[in-house]
Amino acid sequence: MLSINNLHVAVDDKAILKGVDLTVKAGEVHAIMGPNGSGKSTLCHVLAGRPGYQVTQGGVDYQGADLLALEPEIRAREGLFLAFQYPVEIPGISNLYFLKAAINARRKHEGKGPMPAVAFLRMVREKAACVELDEGLLNRSLNVGFSGGEKKRNEIFQMLVLEPTLALLDETDSGLDIDALRVVAEGVNKLRSEGRAILLVTHYQRLLDYIVPDYVHVLAGGRIVRSGDKDLAHKLEAEGYGWIENEAST
Amino acid sequence: MSGNQLVKAIAAQDYKYGFVTDIESDTLPPGLDEGVIRFISAKKNEPQWLLDSRLKAFARWKTMKEPDWAYLNIAPIDYQSISYYSAPKSIKKLGSLDEVDPKLLETYDKLGIPLLEQKRLANVAVDAVFDSVSVGTTFKDTLAEAGVIFCPISEAVQSHPELVKKYLGSVVPAQDNFFSALNAAVFTDGSFVYIPEGVTSPMELSTYFRINERNTGQFERTLIIAEAGSYVSYLEGCTAPERDENQLHAAVVELVVFDDAEIKYSTVQNWYPGDEEGIGGIYNFVTKRGACRGARSKISWTQVETGSAITWKYPSCVLIGDDSVGEFYSVALTNRRQQADTGTKMIHIGKNTRSTIISKGISAGRGVQCYRGLVDIKKSAVGARNFSQCDSLLIGDECGAHTFPYLEIKNPRAQVEHEATTSRISEDQLFFCQQRGIGVEEAVGIIVSGFWKDVFKELPMEFAAEATQLMAVSLEGTVG
Repeated sequence: MLSINNLHVAVDDKAILKGVDLTVKAGEVHAIMGPNGSGKSTLCHVLAGRPGYQVTQGGVDYQGADLLALEPEIRAREGLFLAFQYPVEIPGISNLYFLKAAINARRKHEGKGPMPAVAFLRMVREKAACVELDEGLLNRSLNVGFSGGEKKRNEIFQMLVLEPTLALLDETDSGLDIDALRVVAEGVNKLRSEGRAILLVTHYQRLLDYIVPDYVHVLAGGRIVRSGDKDLAHKLEAEGYGWIENEAST
Repeated sequence: MSGNQLVKAIAAQDYKYGFVTDIESDTLPPGLDEGVIRFISAKKNEPQWLLDSRLKAFARWKTMKEPDWAYLNIAPIDYQSISYYSAPKSIKKLGSLDEVDPKLLETYDKLGIPLLEQKRLANVAVDAVFDSVSVGTTFKDTLAEAGVIFCPISEAVQSHPELVKKYLGSVVPAQDNFFSALNAAVFTDGSFVYIPEGVTSPMELSTYFRINERNTGQFERTLIIAEAGSYVSYLEGCTAPERDENQLHAAVVELVVFDDAEIKYSTVQNWYPGDEEGIGGIYNFVTKRGACRGARSKISWTQVETGSAITWKYPSCVLIGDDSVGEFYSVALTNRRQQADTGTKMIHIGKNTRSTIISKGISAGRGVQCYRGLVDIKKSAVGARNFSQCDSLLIGDECGAHTFPYLEIKNPRAQVEHEATTSRISEDQLFFCQQRGIGVEEAVGIIVSGFWKDVFKELPMEFAAEATQLMAVSLEGTVG
């Protein structure tokens, strides 16, 4: 589904990613861990198409298409979803209205008409209940006045509504208390299916107690320096990143 | 797309009404003196009192200076280089609209204002003003049956001189300001509306102003009188061709409302805004004021301002009657290098008078915008209340927004509330929308419509669609 080949990315001429290789197949959950500043968020943003990043080498294939050549909104309509580390606030647009615009943009892309209002409302209520999102938040302006935990729940809620093919979660666990973490993890687990892939970026092993990944990768110094299964995450939790960085530099 | 690209794309919008109608006109050579005023007055066959009042205003104007307190950067205006009268040659006394020059009909068709019977907007009567003259008014007969008078003001001077004489200049006296004095001296046409006691106008009334001729100014004059217990909803629209020179539009609008009557006055202003570098465009210097003379009378101003190089405009309400109500709902968009200094004055004189001000300013490109509003509560206005909300939205980082609220409160039992916010459409917001599958253009659209919906819902139904389109056109092209 996703194939990242020798990806080099710079921001303001400073190299951040220095040759990332990663293949993600449908049905898999991959976790990307790594120390601060290793390029984890950069990887998510480049895949989603955020402006301000220069791809200097390499490429990304997504379902047979050159992902990096697509506009961000086209990537989204093709099923790529990014749960933001810092979701933005948009005053004046209700959560519900925003989601409807998003769903209908995707349906239009697929050659379908707008979703009927009744079906939309029913579906939205159901998904909101999944992540224990207060229904009152649906009619509030997007993320405006939401607590940190509500914003993250709202991201997972949007993900469930939009049913992405490839979901990228950028440190969705950061700043969450243990209850919120469980709710978010349940949301992600609901999404797990044969046709979908999930890429989790996280600092801590904690999230992986709830969402058990098929693969764990360590991103350090702009490269994936080690890959393994969930045991690698436990080892990182116990021993830190130092030993890997040492191995990588020798 | 980066923020800069976005701003450039927005600023590079095409103006869709910039065409010129090739029609032969009677145009006075540029210049302003008593002779010009006598010419205009004679051309319109005016009575002596009106000529005298024009000449008096002109004498006054010559002693006045342009206001310089607005937050505007205005290149000097040479009043002698403007032509003060221009009319299509084909305009004569017409028996019916079917005799209107086809070129003029075509012009209004292109502007989306069909004048011919079979194509007319349902339930909206239109008066079309082309440069200095009215070219036609629709549905006159239907209105006459209800007793409503809706005609060009030049015609009203002939057919209802007593009404015009009684009310003209009674709300905005000639000496009020520099531009109102100029208008009182040289005004050419505009609309006149009279709603008799107890009558609700059977349809929306609308005037469509079009500047066509080069180097001309448009100085229209509108007068609306609503007798006790009557109601009318009135809308004006404005466009002009694209030209490299600035053109002056200095209008005066007066509203008079008696006991329990209401005037709802809406404006969709889309004069040519000038190009991306600020060359050309209309100077829109307008004095609009309404007097709520009767108890429980009401005036509601709603404006959607997307055009003009420079806008200087403060539709105001003088709340004289007890329990009278003044409202001001405004959305103004400045793009390219447009400048706007706009707002309102609410003058509370009667007891328990109430006013509401909702102003939404959107700045994009290198546009600069100012809200300037006065809430003046006189000593007599026991129990007066005002609520003001002024919000600014910035798109890109080369535009500006300013808010200047003035409060003068002389009655201790008055209640005044003021809220103001400023926000910016950020690249992060746009990227967020894109990541959810919403294109930049649509994203800007929904963010803007979320911002101005409080004002939008005040527009008459028939024009809500037009205004939405206008906003979309003014903002579209954001995908580079």
